[in-house]
Amino acid sequence: METLVCKNITKSYEKGKKALDRLSFSVPAKGILAVIGRNGAGKTTLMRILATELMPSSGTATMNGIDVVKDAVKMREMIAVLPQESRAVNWMTPLQTILSYLMYRGMDYSEAREKAHEALAGIGMTKLEKTLNSKLSGGQKRKVLVASILASDAPIIFVDEPTTGLDPISRSELWDMLKRLKKTHFVFLTTHYLEEAEKLADTICIIDEGKLKGIGTLGEIRKLVKYQYSIKILEKGKKVKINEGEEVTGEDGFAQIMTTEKEADRLSSRFIKEKVRFSINPMSLEDIFYYVVKKPINAEEEAKDYGTWF
Amino acid sequence: MGRGSNQLIASILVNAIYAMQGYPTWIVNNLLSPISIIILVTFISKGALIGEAIAGALITLFVGTGIMLQADLAHLKNDFKYQDMIVSSPTSAMTYMVGMALSNVIFIIPSLVVILVLAVIYIHASILAFVEVFMVLLLLYLFSVVLGFFLSTFTSDVMQSWSFTGILSLLMTTIAPVYYPITYIPLPYRYAFYLSPTTYAAEIIQNMLGYLPLSTMALALDWIVIIGLSIALFVVAIKKNKWREY
Ligand SMILES: Nc1ncnc2c1ncn2[C@@H]1O[C@H](COP(=O)(O)OP(=O)(O)OP(=O)(O)O)[C@@H](O)[C@H]1O
Ligand SMILES: [Mg+2]
Repeated sequence: METLVCKNITKSYEKGKKALDRLSFSVPAKGILAVIGRNGAGKTTLMRILATELMPSSGTATMNGIDVVKDAVKMREMIAVLPQESRAVNWMTPLQTILSYLMYRGMDYSEAREKAHEALAGIGMTKLEKTLNSKLSGGQKRKVLVASILASDAPIIFVDEPTTGLDPISRSELWDMLKRLKKTHFVFLTTHYLEEAEKLADTICIIDEGKLKGIGTLGEIRKLVKYQYSIKILEKGKKVKINEGEEVTGEDGFAQIMTTEKEADRLSSRFIKEKVRFSINPMSLEDIFYYVVKKPINAEEEAKDYGTWF
Repeated sequence: MGRGSNQLIASILVNAIYAMQGYPTWIVNNLLSPISIIILVTFISKGALIGEAIAGALITLFVGTGIMLQADLAHLKNDFKYQDMIVSSPTSAMTYMVGMALSNVIFIIPSLVVILVLAVIYIHASILAFVEVFMVLLLLYLFSVVLGFFLSTFTSDVMQSWSFTGILSLLMTTIAPVYYPITYIPLPYRYAFYLSPTTYAAEIIQNMLGYLPLSTMALALDWIVIIGLSIALFVVAIKKNKWREY
């Protein structure tokens, strides 16, 4: 029963362009599912459909047997959602933010208050619990919202880029929270940090331009690529003849060769002999992403509209 | 208490109690615009219209907070992505909306208390008349709420809907004759002011408090207009309801 099943999920906001194009997959709804993809790939759209905030144009999805379109009311008992770009409401304090969210989930005032205190202690913000959100730093505000979601009793958690804007320490604190959480919860996470997906995820899902490019465990994702090693030639414009593998140009302008262990062996001994500067690494999720999507994840980040005032 | 009431209270906390605690100047802002017109009308009329002016201030409070609801919701939805957190929670659209509507009535309570104190001192009417007035004010509030929603269907931008709110409250509560009887306006111009729904509500209230004699026919017409408009706008607003997006 603990599965997430999508069947031909399609979403077009306007005529013609599809934000999601016939997404079909079935994965265990356990641990952490990390969805990765470039800006505009459709991560948020998928999340909002599964979180009953947005209707798909067509297709169905079920989580633990509950249909997200038809049984939205039932689904909402089970999920808690941190939307992308959500901001802690200015005029409330962290305590009030968490408390009121828990009351929306149905808890009574005193229980919600107690849980809110606990949640704030859990993120080390007890001292700031009565400060207005508007006076907190961006990362602190983010943590307050994450804590609201985690304080809920929902067994399924959706978090859209939760670590964006957090400092490295806060980020690893949040990772620890998620790691603890995933033992008992199903976490649907989107991220631009492939390291995050690699560290946390039990299942990784790659989306590009609304299409599913791969889904599975890291091991399964690795199999999308025929190659095990990635060699970067640290000299611009250097031409290399390769017997096996593929060559691409990275965002830094250096040629990158993805290849088999045998070919990597041959090339590196040749480079050493010819004194060509290079680096060699096993294929990381970043390399795999690059290979599958043919573009680096962070290249040419479009200036996204984060809600301007003027 | 049940879950539904916890969810209602959540809206009241978020949008009224915590808002007032966080930014108390809003309370002053709420109170000041009706008070300023009471002062204006009272002194210019040498005290003769003080009762009418106080009744007008009550109308202003309820209409103002009613139209504001839609902008408040849009602010929470678009600028904080707050509504998405609630949509995906066990709180239903109905509970959220009713809670938010209540919160905007509670938000004006401090101002209401001040103006009610003035009303008790300067308006000499029976308790029953006050109760009746209160019913009209509630109806007017609901009307303003749906009017706000109706207008919000023309824009998804909060800044723009705030400007609508400002324009609308000026038109309906300052330009329309709510602080004095419509009979102060010379006849040919009078008809123009009947374009504002608050004119009808003000007539009902002034009549109840004994400031404006009205024929049964005229009074019935006032009620019909207010109730009819509310229902018509309500239907449109319900149709445009976007809880879960498409
Ligand atoms: N409300 C909307 N109206 C119209 N088009 C939209 C809307 N929301 C998203 N889109 C479009 O749908 C596509 C997918 O957007 P989505 O927000 O799902 O991407 P994403 O993978 O979450 O990107 P990011 O990493 O930037 O958050 C984009 O082309 C975007 O322009
Ligand atoms: Mg997104």
